[in-house]
Amino acid sequence: MSGEWRRLDPRVVPALAVLVAGPLVPTAVVLLVAGASAGVFGAVVGIWAAIAVLLVGARAAEWYVSSYRVTAERVELRGGLLARSHRSLPRDRVRSVDLTADPLHRLLGLAVVVVGTGAQGEELRLDAVARAEADRLRAELLRRESTSDRTGALARLRPVWLLYSAVTMSMVLAVWGAIASAFGSLSDLVQKFGLYREAGELARSVPLWLAIGAPVAVLLVAGVLGALLLSVELWWGFTLTREDTGTLRVRRGLLTRRSISLEQRRLRGVELAEPLLLRWTGGARTHAIATGLSEHAGGKNQPDSKTLLPPAPRAAALRVAAAVLGEPEFPADGLVAHPRAALRRRIVRGLLAAAPVAIAAAVAAALGWCPVWTAVLVAVLAAGIGTAAGVDAHRNLGHRLHGRYLLARRGTGVRRTAALQRSGIIGWRIEQSVFQRRAGLVDLVATSAAKPGRFAVPDVRTADALDFAEQAVPGLLEPFLERPEKRD
Amino acid sequence: MSATDPEGLRLRPPRHPVDRRAVGWWTAQALLLVAPLLIAPAVLAALLVPARPWLLLALAAVAVLGVPYVLVMPRWRYRVHRWETTDEAVYTAAGWLRQEWRVAPMSRIQTVDTVRGPLQRMFGLASVTATTASAAGPLVVAGLDRQRAVELVALLTERTEAERGDAT
Repeated sequence: MSGEWRRLDPRVVPALAVLVAGPLVPTAVVLLVAGASAGVFGAVVGIWAAIAVLLVGARAAEWYVSSYRVTAERVELRGGLLARSHRSLPRDRVRSVDLTADPLHRLLGLAVVVVGTGAQGEELRLDAVARAEADRLRAELLRRESTSDRTGALARLRPVWLLYSAVTMSMVLAVWGAIASAFGSLSDLVQKFGLYREAGELARSVPLWLAIGAPVAVLLVAGVLGALLLSVELWWGFTLTREDTGTLRVRRGLLTRRSISLEQRRLRGVELAEPLLLRWTGGARTHAIATGLSEHAGGKNQPDSKTLLPPAPRAAALRVAAAVLGEPEFPADGLVAHPRAALRRRIVRGLLAAAPVAIAAAVAAALGWCPVWTAVLVAVLAAGIGTAAGVDAHRNLGHRLHGRYLLARRGTGVRRTAALQRSGIIGWRIEQSVFQRRAGLVDLVATSAAKPGRFAVPDVRTADALDFAEQAVPGLLEPFLERPEKRD
Repeated sequence: MSATDPEGLRLRPPRHPVDRRAVGWWTAQALLLVAPLLIAPAVLAALLVPARPWLLLALAAVAVLGVPYVLVMPRWRYRVHRWETTDEAVYTAAGWLRQEWRVAPMSRIQTVDTVRGPLQRMFGLASVTATTASAAGPLVVAGLDRQRAVELVALLTERTEAERGDAT
C-alpha cells in the first residue's frame, strides 16, 4: 500500500503552540497574586512569549522536513532539522504499534504512533498523525496470518476494580511525589501568605497526637484519593481484546487514550504479581511474559507495556490470565511446597534483616536515649516481623508443571506467580551457595528470552530440582544427569 | 523421562577441565585486588606513627581474609570450572563459594565470542562466551588454552549455524 512519502499532520504545530502558551496563564496569575512589579511581570511574559515563538517555529520547520512512508518491506521516517536523520525498520521486525493521544491530540483528532521492534531504542515515532491514519497504519503494520481462532474481548474494566488502585503502593507513591513537587514549586506563594507560620502555630496549640496524626491522616487520604483519580485516568475504558491479526490489544485512558499491542506469537507466559497490600485485599496484577517488550513504553507513571490488566480481584486476574494463555484455567494453586530447609533459610534471612533494627534499639537504650523496655519491645517486634516474613516467604514458594506451562511462585513483599511456556525455556541455570550446599538445596533457574530473562524456583532439593527440570524440558539435562546405582 | 523417584539424582561435572594455567591467572587477579589493600595500610603505618596501631589492625584484618583468598580461591575454582559440549547442548560449571551450572541447547545459542583480557593473554588464555536470547543466559568458559578456545568457537559456530531460527 501507499509507498509514498507522507507528511505528519500539520495540526501538530498549533497543538504545540497551545501547549507552550498554556502555562503562561497560571504563571501570570501567580505573579499577579504574589505582587510582582510591572517590570518583572513584563520581563517574564516577554521571555516566555519569545521562547514560545522559537519553539513553535522550530516545530513547524521540523514538521516541514519530516516525512514517513510504508513500503512493502520497510517503514521509514526521515526528518531532523540540523542533523538530517533517516530511520528505517524492516517490516518483518515490527513487533508493536502503539497509539497514544493526549487530551489535546484527541481534541484535534491526532494520535502519536510508536512502531517498535522490541529492541531497546530501536523504535520509530510518528508524532503525530490523524487518528484514522494511525488506525490504518496500525492495521497495516500488524497484519499477519491469523494465529488464533478465539478473537474478541478478553476483559473489560469493571469500575469497582479501580478501588484496588487505592491499595497499590506504587500509585499512592506517585501521587505523593506529585504533591511534594507541587509544594516545591508553589513554596514561595505559600510562604507569602504565611501559611507555614500559621501551620506551625496551629500545630503547637493542639495535643501532640493530633499535631502528628492529622497531617498523616490527610496525607493518607490524599494519597488514596489521588491514586483513585490517577487510576481512573489510566484505566478508564479499559478493554483487552484478541484480534484476528494474532495480537493482544490493550486500550485504556480517560483523558489520554492509549492503544498497546502485543503479538501473541511473542507471548511466553503470564505473571500474577501480588504486592502485600493488594494480596491482603484479595487483588492481583497481571503481566505478560513476552519477548521484545520495551520497558516503560508509556512514560512516567505509566504501567509497563507488559501490563495486561489494572489491579483487579484475584479471581478476575486468574480468569484473564487463563484466557490470555488459551488455557481453561490458570493453575495458581496446588503448587508443590518447598522443603523445611528452605523455611529455615528464609527465617534466618528475615532475622538478619531485623538485626540492624534490634541493634539500633539496643544501642539507643545503652546510651539512655530510650527506656530499656522500649528497646526490648522494638527488638522483639522486629524479630517477630522478620520471622513472619520468613514463614510467609516459605509458604509462598511453590512450583509445578501444568500442561504446556511451568509454574513458579515466590516472594513475600510482592508475591509473583509466573506461568512460563515450557517451549519458551532456552536453558537452565542451577545455582548453589555454600549454605545451600550444606542444606542440600539448589536454586533452579529457567532462562527465557522474555524479560526478566530468568525465572527462578528457589531452594529445592537438588534431586527434585533436576527431576523437575528434566520433566519440564525433556532431554535437555538428561545427558548430564547421574542416577545412583540401585543398591538392592 | 525420569523415574518417579528422583532420589539421589545429581548433575555430573562437565567432562573437560579448564587449562591448568587458569590457576595462575586467577591468582594474579586476586593479587591485583588484595595487594593494594595490603600495601596501602602498610605504607601508611610506616609513615603515620600516631595511627599505627589502627592501621596495623586493618592490615591484619585484610591479611586474614586476603591471603587465604589468594591461595584458596584459584585452586577451588580450578576444581569447579569445567565445560562440555554435546551435539545438542553446551554445559558449563563455574564458581567457588557460590557454584553454578548452566545448560543451553545448541539451537538457542545466538552468538559465540572469545575474550582475551591483558592478564589472560599473559597466561596464554582466552574465554569463550556463548550468548542466548535470554538476558540471564550467557555461558562463559573462562581460562581456556588459546588454541583450545579457537577450536571451541569454531565448533560452536558450526553447530549453531546448522540450526537457524530467531532462537527465542
